[in-house]
Amino acid sequence: MICNLCGSNAATIHLTEIVKNQMVEIHLCEACSEEKGTAFSTHFQMADLLAGLTEPDLAAGEKSRKPEKLVCASCGMTYEGFTKCGRLGCGECYTAFAKQLLPLIKRVQRSAQHLGKQPAKISPETRSRHDLKLLQERLRKSVQKEDFESAASIRDQIKAIQEKSKKPKKG
Amino acid sequence: MTTVDKYLKHPAEWLHGHGPEGDVVVSSRIRLARNIAGYPFSERLKGGQSKELADRMAEVVRKVPFLKESDFFRFSELSELDRQFLLERHLISREHASEKGDQAALVTPDELVSIMVLEEDHLRLQSFQAGFNLTEAWKIVDRIDTALEEHVDFAFSPTLGYLTACPTNVGTGLRASCMLHLPGLVLTKQIQKVLQALSKLNLAVRGLYGEGTQATGNLFQFSNQMTLGQPEQEIIENLESVIHQVVEHEKTARQYIRSERKIRFDDQIWRALGTLKTARLIASQEAMSLLSLVMLGVDLGMVKGALTLQDLHALFLLIQPAHLQKKSGKGLDSTERDSSRAALIREQLNKVSL
Repeated sequence: MICNLCGSNAATIHLTEIVKNQMVEIHLCEACSEEKGTAFSTHFQMADLLAGLTEPDLAAGEKSRKPEKLVCASCGMTYEGFTKCGRLGCGECYTAFAKQLLPLIKRVQRSAQHLGKQPAKISPETRSRHDLKLLQERLRKSVQKEDFESAASIRDQIKAIQEKSKKPKKG
Repeated sequence: MTTVDKYLKHPAEWLHGHGPEGDVVVSSRIRLARNIAGYPFSERLKGGQSKELADRMAEVVRKVPFLKESDFFRFSELSELDRQFLLERHLISREHASEKGDQAALVTPDELVSIMVLEEDHLRLQSFQAGFNLTEAWKIVDRIDTALEEHVDFAFSPTLGYLTACPTNVGTGLRASCMLHLPGLVLTKQIQKVLQALSKLNLAVRGLYGEGTQATGNLFQFSNQMTLGQPEQEIIENLESVIHQVVEHEKTARQYIRSERKIRFDDQIWRALGTLKTARLIASQEAMSLLSLVMLGVDLGMVKGALTLQDLHALFLLIQPAHLQKKSGKGLDSTERDSSRAALIREQLNKVSL
């Protein structure tokens, strides 16, 4: 197979990309691939994608083009650095950049509330809050499906958790 | 002989081809991303911290019952070929394989579980199963994750879940994927339609070795895109229901080929076998495309004899560059690889006569 770019060398790098829902195959020789930086393409695309996703919100905030110097106090990562590499520096970055990250996460993930597994060690308070969110989500779904029998039982479970969390406050 | 070489003797357990829907779904995998609380993510670890984390993990995994017998490979002790070898067996990722610092990989003897240490996230837990069996893979990786949590604290937020270096993994940190062999859909030119439909369902389709790789040998890797906002079971069930449909389409396509295009397909298979059984030089791309046809021929009963799906799955792995070099015990240039690949294929296919 011959390189699609220079048309002379044998292609050793084969890429498949989805462009406008069409699968496109690109065959490159080592030299051309290096020049095009295809080895890093996925990485950069991801960074571009993530950076692109946040822009409308920044623009919506105000027309000021000066990027805020947001720095995570815990690891020293800047928000600008994140938009370049697509990766955060530490767990605290999620709090430090929350205002910018949450809209982005909502767009990429379609939700910003974890409903899955949680570590066994977390505090009972956090656990019941989490359980509550999970049950509310299930309730919403069963109502949507018009499965009122399960909806009623989920509603009772929610009540039970809410009652329990009220008690310690009173006592 | 380095320690990774012992794996050369057996094809990975999950390649046996007898799993559920094994004629279409080669394998299932679940990956969980986890980070240890109190440390920056892998890329921003400071001097000494990465070694400290790797050492701690080496110690912790010994305390987990399922992982007691496993090997713990430190990349500083592995050659580039060793890392390439682990990559070809899907035990580590491409990105991970390109590192040679404090990174490490844990592998269980049956290769059903691997843990990448200091990948993009501190830990990437992976569990593999033959065929269409995401549920079993999830059960195993869930148990190991729970056991690890007894010894280390993972970075976790009640709203965002498990915190990961990239926000595309945050929440469950779960990536479920299945490797599908879809020669029927490719030959009947329906694959584009299927891939287009899938992109609307927020599922990712990739090639044999993950992100950015080509779908060689008609092998496609299907996985979930979103990791947040749904319980793990639900993410898995969603992917399963889509894959079920793809499997049905593939089976229909195969039946169509057998009934409506028998003569032309017969010709294609036997020409493929002819090339594989006579070639003196063959590149891996060509070999995989032809082996894919032979696999389909075996499945449709058009290639009769002792050749099994398991043999062919194993061959897909054995003809990869690092495997060829491990087997011959030395580094090979590209022509030497093509030559030893051709020889290996001829040897393995002597179960079928033309």
